[in-house]
Amino acid sequence: MAVRVQSAPFDAGAEQAQFAAGLRQAGAVVTFTGLVRDNGGTLAAMEIEHYPGMTERAIAAMVEQAQARFGLEAALVIHRHGRLLPQEAIMMVATAAPHRADAFAAAEFLMDYLKSRAPFWKKEIGAGGAVWVAAKDADEDALRRW
Amino acid sequence: MQVTVLYFAWLRERIGQPREVVETGAITVADLVAELAARSEGHALAFADLTSLRVALDQELSDFAAPLAAAREVAFFPPMTGG
Repeated sequence: MAVRVQSAPFDAGAEQAQFAAGLRQAGAVVTFTGLVRDNGGTLAAMEIEHYPGMTERAIAAMVEQAQARFGLEAALVIHRHGRLLPQEAIMMVATAAPHRADAFAAAEFLMDYLKSRAPFWKKEIGAGGAVWVAAKDADEDALRRW
Repeated sequence: MQVTVLYFAWLRERIGQPREVVETGAITVADLVAELAARSEGHALAFADLTSLRVALDQELSDFAAPLAAAREVAFFPPMTGG
């Protein structure tokens, strides 16, 4: 189980290859990579603030829960902070399980929790200024299915 | 009791600082909020609507009715937008 919170870019393909190379029993690997949307060309940059210390603890707790619940062999979460440009990768999740249903479910579970329970805050910088992204009710609702 | 108070995102901007160390006799988080809100206009504005805020005690999510107990670090922030 690995959690990395960093400002540096990462190579999602290389991360996936390395993740898969370390597996012994899994029959399924699911990866998800989140990119900065450019909002139809209006976004200049995105700034991501986080709470050092709590961020790592909160994500580690989610990963532990996912591992126990879905019987994961391995899981990886990478999440960036700082200033990002449109189409840059913000974060990725990788899960490995014996069968695909658990690998998919665990990735969704981690994504839902990262959205609303990991202490990150996004600010969109555009031509008109900077705006903090508001949390969506739908993201909070998504947690109820777990 | 001395606690370190942290602010994030628009709350930090509204209050004008990322952290402050305060001396408090507050029993609950809500008591501490009342003390902080009285510190400046920026504080009052930032804490005007608690439904739009979240709180963590020693880096664990908590709520406004919770006792401060022995918490050393209290963080206030808007709902999180990770992922």
